[in-house]
Amino acid sequence: MSAITDERILHASPLRKLLGRPELGSVVGAIAVFLFFAVAADSFLKASSLSTVLYASSTIGIMAVPVALLMIGGEFDLSAGVLVTSSALVSSMFSYQMTANVWAGVGVSLLVTLAIGAFNGFMLTRTKLPSFIITLGTFLMLTGMNLGFTKLISDTVSTKTIADMEGFPTAHDVFASTLTVGGVDFKITILWWFALIALASWILLRTRAGNWIFAVGGNQDAARAVGVPVARTKIGLYMGVAFGAWISGQHLLFSYDVVQSGEGVGNELIYIIAAVIGGCLITGGYGSAVGSAVGAFIFGMTSKGIVFAEWNPDWFKFFLGAMLLLATLLNAWVRKRAEATK
Amino acid sequence: MTKTPRRTALVELSDVSKHYGNVRALEGVSLEVHAGEITCVLGDNGAGKSTLIKIIAGLHQHDGGTLRIDGEETRLASPREALDRGIATVYQDLAVVPLMPVWRNFFLGSEPRKGTGPFKRMDVDLMRRTTHSELLRMGIDLRDVDQPIGTLSGGERQCVAIARAVHFGAKVLVLDEPTAALGVKQSGVVLKYVAAARDQGLGVVLITHNPHHAYLVGDRFVLLKRGSMVANHTRDSVTLDELTRQMAGGNDLDDLRHELQRT
Repeated sequence: MSAITDERILHASPLRKLLGRPELGSVVGAIAVFLFFAVAADSFLKASSLSTVLYASSTIGIMAVPVALLMIGGEFDLSAGVLVTSSALVSSMFSYQMTANVWAGVGVSLLVTLAIGAFNGFMLTRTKLPSFIITLGTFLMLTGMNLGFTKLISDTVSTKTIADMEGFPTAHDVFASTLTVGGVDFKITILWWFALIALASWILLRTRAGNWIFAVGGNQDAARAVGVPVARTKIGLYMGVAFGAWISGQHLLFSYDVVQSGEGVGNELIYIIAAVIGGCLITGGYGSAVGSAVGAFIFGMTSKGIVFAEWNPDWFKFFLGAMLLLATLLNAWVRKRAEATK
Repeated sequence: MTKTPRRTALVELSDVSKHYGNVRALEGVSLEVHAGEITCVLGDNGAGKSTLIKIIAGLHQHDGGTLRIDGEETRLASPREALDRGIATVYQDLAVVPLMPVWRNFFLGSEPRKGTGPFKRMDVDLMRRTTHSELLRMGIDLRDVDQPIGTLSGGERQCVAIARAVHFGAKVLVLDEPTAALGVKQSGVVLKYVAAARDQGLGVVLITHNPHHAYLVGDRFVLLKRGSMVANHTRDSVTLDELTRQMAGGNDLDDLRHELQRT
């Protein structure tokens, strides 16, 4: 008995191991969706189409990664969608009003956004109310503040352009530039997305914090009893979502140079859907960052594939809903296997 | 309970009480835990067993009386502090996180790490190897440390939790109803690990409502009833029959028998 494995599991087939992965449902789904649109839409397989699909996936994926971590930790964040807009509004308005270098606005926005994330986590751990209620409150407050402050300061529902301000070109390069690889244009958000997936996977699978995230989502009381700092872990997760919102928000701002204050409402559900399709359990304790990325990719393929196939985009939500149901059913089945007691 | 002056108890409670608002959960409870001995706490549902463990485990603070650890009077502020003082508690239902692999559960809250700065990470190899060898040392031969701990049987899960406490150098092991949800055979297995922990020199607090299990391994017996201590025996001062009778409610049981008698 020197090795960790012994003769009793030598014959466990690789297929069985694969069945235990949280991403399985989403990967099967992604392959199906890919094949479907490869057949249905002629232009779907072109490199430029792939780039478009990846871009659409990345704008969802950047948020789906931290939202997935939060869900593994057993909580929701309904304010994630509007927080992206808030983050963009803060940088834009701070830079414009203070006539400062836009990087100053970007920095202030990071602090404000992280503070809102910390507020969510702090309220949750102190009041012990469900995160659904806490973040629904934050969602409504932020929605109101986004519109209210913008109208108060610039008299319209959108911010003033900051395109001619100092620091705009470099900030644009970092958050919204386009890179050309082999004649195909790729948006830089794809790099941000991949970097976040790698970072989140590292945290989840190889660090102590990752162990704590699984534990607070899987059995909070057990985690607390063995000394895991539950409150700190959850506040950290909400600040992770805020960090994602900050990146997304800066992209939103620097792609155009103005921000519409009413944007972002409803996106929080899309992030959650991507995470759930990717194998995150709605009850917490199970899931992966890679899964959320596959979920976001399915989302990107479906939203753009329908356009490439020249169908009415109204059908998009139908596909998304069907995908969500199928993936959740498959995931529930996988979980039952994982949790089955002898 | 101050009999012969002997070595200091690892944990000693004297006259401890706990109130939740105007509800008296615990009143005047005293017990001692010594190294290499098992102290059993017996009582029916609602007798105050859970409150007692929570005080020893640092989840709640006592209102009255004294708690001594290694002879030093103290008040535990958190489970973390109890752990740092060498008191490990294994709860009946909350011992583990079912969906997490055995090795992650084993080290939860005390993960060994290597590397520095941003590359500080868990020593996964060490964690896997140690989990397997520590469980083997307790006599648990696990097929795969990567399997979710929820796939183990209830008895095996209790044993993993006990092995974890022993590995992390616990001096006192508090076990909350480790045999409550188990069958006869599984209970026997768990009791064997409890005895194994005792033989390694740990002081054990075994909470149970089964006097037969308690008498198999126990050195001291504390009986709780409606928040009060009704008896405190050492092994040589009580028989299993007497313990069972007191546990079952003593005279109450006679009354009940009388009431239920068919006419």
